[in-house]
Amino acid sequence: MIWGVLQFPGSCDERDALNACLIAERSLNSRDGTGGALSSTRNVVEDPTDPVFESSEQSGVGHGADDVSGRGGGLSDSAPSSRLVWHEETDLSGLDGIVVPGGFSYGDYLRAGAIARFSPAMTSVARFAADGGPVLGICNGFQVLCESGLLPGALLTNERTRFICRQGDLVVGEADSPFLAGYEAGQTISVPFKHQSGRFFAPPELLEQIEADNQVAFRYASGQNPNGSLNDIAGVTNEAGNVLGLMPHPEHAVEAFSGSTDGLALFQGPALATAGAGA
Amino acid sequence: MSEQSAHRALGLTDQEFELICGKMGREPNGVELAMFSLLWSEHCAYKHSRKLLKNLPTEGPRVVMGPGENAGAVDIGNGYSIAFKVESHNHPSAVEPFQGAATGVGGILRDVIALGARPIAILDSLRFGEPDTERTHYLVDGVVRGIGHYGNCMGIPTVGGEIYFEPPYEQNPLVNAMCVGIARTDEMVRAAAAGTGNKVVLFGSLTGRDGIGGASVLASAELDEGDDAKRPTVQIGDPFEESKLLECCQELLAGDLLVSLQDLGAAGLTSSAGEMASAGGTGIDIDVGLVPLREADMEPFEIMVSESQERMLAVVEPGKVDAVLALCAKWQTRSAVIGEITDTGTFRILRNGDTAGEIEVEDLVDGCPLYDLDPEEPADWTYPNRESIEPDASPSDIALSLLAAPSIASKRWAFEQYDSVVGSRTVHRAGAADAAVLSIPESGRAIAVAIDGNGRRVACDPYQGTVEATLECASNLAVVGAEPLGVTNCLNFGNPEKPGVAWQLGRAIDGLAEACRALEAPVVGGNVSLYNETPQGPIYPTPVVGMVGELPDPGNVAGGNWREGDSIALVGPFDPSLAGSELEKQRGQLGKGLPEVEIAPVRAAIELVRDAVRGGVVRTATDVSDGGITTALAELAISSGVGCEADLAPIIARRSDNPEDALFGEGPGGFILAGDMAELEKLGGQGVDIELIGEVTGNEIIITANGNRVEILVEEAEAAFDSLEDRIESDQAGLTH
Repeated sequence: MIWGVLQFPGSCDERDALNACLIAERSLNSRDGTGGALSSTRNVVEDPTDPVFESSEQSGVGHGADDVSGRGGGLSDSAPSSRLVWHEETDLSGLDGIVVPGGFSYGDYLRAGAIARFSPAMTSVARFAADGGPVLGICNGFQVLCESGLLPGALLTNERTRFICRQGDLVVGEADSPFLAGYEAGQTISVPFKHQSGRFFAPPELLEQIEADNQVAFRYASGQNPNGSLNDIAGVTNEAGNVLGLMPHPEHAVEAFSGSTDGLALFQGPALATAGAGA
Repeated sequence: MSEQSAHRALGLTDQEFELICGKMGREPNGVELAMFSLLWSEHCAYKHSRKLLKNLPTEGPRVVMGPGENAGAVDIGNGYSIAFKVESHNHPSAVEPFQGAATGVGGILRDVIALGARPIAILDSLRFGEPDTERTHYLVDGVVRGIGHYGNCMGIPTVGGEIYFEPPYEQNPLVNAMCVGIARTDEMVRAAAAGTGNKVVLFGSLTGRDGIGGASVLASAELDEGDDAKRPTVQIGDPFEESKLLECCQELLAGDLLVSLQDLGAAGLTSSAGEMASAGGTGIDIDVGLVPLREADMEPFEIMVSESQERMLAVVEPGKVDAVLALCAKWQTRSAVIGEITDTGTFRILRNGDTAGEIEVEDLVDGCPLYDLDPEEPADWTYPNRESIEPDASPSDIALSLLAAPSIASKRWAFEQYDSVVGSRTVHRAGAADAAVLSIPESGRAIAVAIDGNGRRVACDPYQGTVEATLECASNLAVVGAEPLGVTNCLNFGNPEKPGVAWQLGRAIDGLAEACRALEAPVVGGNVSLYNETPQGPIYPTPVVGMVGELPDPGNVAGGNWREGDSIALVGPFDPSLAGSELEKQRGQLGKGLPEVEIAPVRAAIELVRDAVRGGVVRTATDVSDGGITTALAELAISSGVGCEADLAPIIARRSDNPEDALFGEGPGGFILAGDMAELEKLGGQGVDIELIGEVTGNEIIITANGNRVEILVEEAEAAFDSLEDRIESDQAGLTH
């Protein structure tokens, strides 16, 4: 499963998301019952300018500096691997899934996600999604997908108007999505919540439809809704289920030292779903 | 205004002006005078502190860069270094808290970026007045939002820090920000200009009129009435621009496109270009007509001293200029060639080719006279201190009052406004441990970072208080299993031209030097912030110590919680005393003097605790700090949700005949360890005092000290500990960013 992680000016979490994709990729490639020892799979990074790019085991990953024209990957002999996708890049061929990461694209000075949705890469992502490709939006990426109309609803400023960052629990929803293949509906997972504009909102009719169509991917666990989201919704899918957006940060919960590895299954989901369908 | 009064308005003395005229052989023109006034300010020239700072130990086997560079750096092995520095943004935050704090974070990030490092963590040390005034609410709200706004948007985690509330900071709050970054050691860049004919490239934000005179008018003078008029001297931060600047710098350096790199901070182009030329022994020409401007009609002096944020200056070989400008364009960062390196030793200001000013680099950067201070120890305690606790409060009441003390109570409401996990390195977040721990896969190890400085104790005894702040940092590292690699510091003091403040400054630096020597922790960088003073008087003398340490395994850090059935031990030469303590403050009895402490036995305890944590033999460890043993035990009970029963009789017998000292006394060298009794007993016999004082049990915190007894429910303690948020809720809420 080769992921492309979008990079906009002002993105923050793109390296973390790529790190999660690479860990998921490796854990699936060597699926021999060692899934528990996740922290040891993380490579020693050789270049701090790119905390995951230039690792010797991962050559072939696009390097930001070689990537001025939007070309990435395929630079060496080894197999292609998950990589960053510059916002001006439009050729997504060779990628099995897309992550639109968190952060503050364009500073969020206008409205969260409102500028990034117009990037050339997002036009290609819309096509990719329409063709059934898995697209995951995290935090700012969720906001971008909502702005793009790829996901229903909108994210408003938190009820208390302040940025919040704390570890919290999510309950996995009933949505039929390849991203949820590694979870059971009703399962509780622990991931960081961190955002300033994370209050999920939809007009009553749309909200009813989202619920009726089982498009809720994650809800904040009882009493933990940090922002006033309607129906405690933390993440939703599109009608087809191949596009999923959530405000919390599964990419920060993939390594044991962080205290939780519950987020990893989200990045393994599409590959697990494909394997399950093939079996 | 004649030149004679112009120099005074800019903060130069008559003698300094005469000296400038002598060096130049003429009177400086307007541009030149503006440039001198900034680089000869306290903020840039350290003219009242440089002589004292020479006493600090700055060398050690792990030191890669020491004082004088944009930031210090220590080697962490495998070809990598950690760069770090703490800096103040006190006066801007006093005048405009949101932007003052935001640009304080932005500025310290650029110092680390300029070294070629990628920032991986921010810590903040904040000081405010007591939390019950409208002014404090306004300042806390703005500063916390400002720090969060900048760090969160940049994607750099804020992993730790501390906040104290004391009356002397009411009008003059302190905002010290520390940045930690990682770099490949052989790719780190210095700020020295080199290569006659090389081009000078300015990139980043436009240059505007914001922040003009910030370093001289704001940072190097006392605050007083009418400071609202100084608001235009505060800069406006743009973290989105800086985020692009960071990525752009990283790619420029990875592509080997730069000869040298420097950030623009205080005194803007004047300081960065001047210091680059000075460090390289070169001359430099800058044409202000080539600088991209926010406002078209800016005067040359305004362009030279503007403190507009998010700008960097690079020296580039002529053949690489096109590649540099192209990379800047990729990151949507403005860039322009604005000058050239020369071999003249002269800093020449041009305007569209015509000379607008000409100064010898040496006169500008190194010509400022350094002053000896005139210290005199004040005879008495000189700070306000009002009784705030009932005289007949019981030990249980005192325990709750200490937990609710603003400087001790939980700061989670503030830390939760900061992204503490971006970057995927955070092992321990702010508030979860005494020091933050960051995974460093580049070296296969982890680092721990801590920041500390209790101004009240330094006010009691500047020497001893600063020794304690340094030991406290090392203790915070020890409880997560880390040993110190290097120290940075920010010396926040009042007006050094006053004898009492001069004495505090000298004694504090002596204490810092002594403690760092004893711990073999070199000082690799720092910052001095003087004139923190208002008509109501000076702030508490506040040396803020930042320390970076190393631990072998991020997966093996003791947790923050104990469990039912664990034994509790007190480790170290801790000799509790109420002098300078939170309780003495509440009783309105603060006075001069702290007990003297021998550093060597404290260091031995620090090392024993560090090794015990590394060996995995304890469940949790914490050092005894503000509020004494009772507070330390209560905080562990609150975070774990399990109470304890402890008896301090052995400590009273050994250390002190006063039960109250044992319960609530403070001082360095005390650690609380919890875990298996047999494992704790094994720590004995190594020359460090260990007393088993109790066990973890129940839902009450019960601590006896001879006749005195603290007996409170864990949930009561928690309510007191969490009470600060409601007190601090801003009257100004609604201003969102």
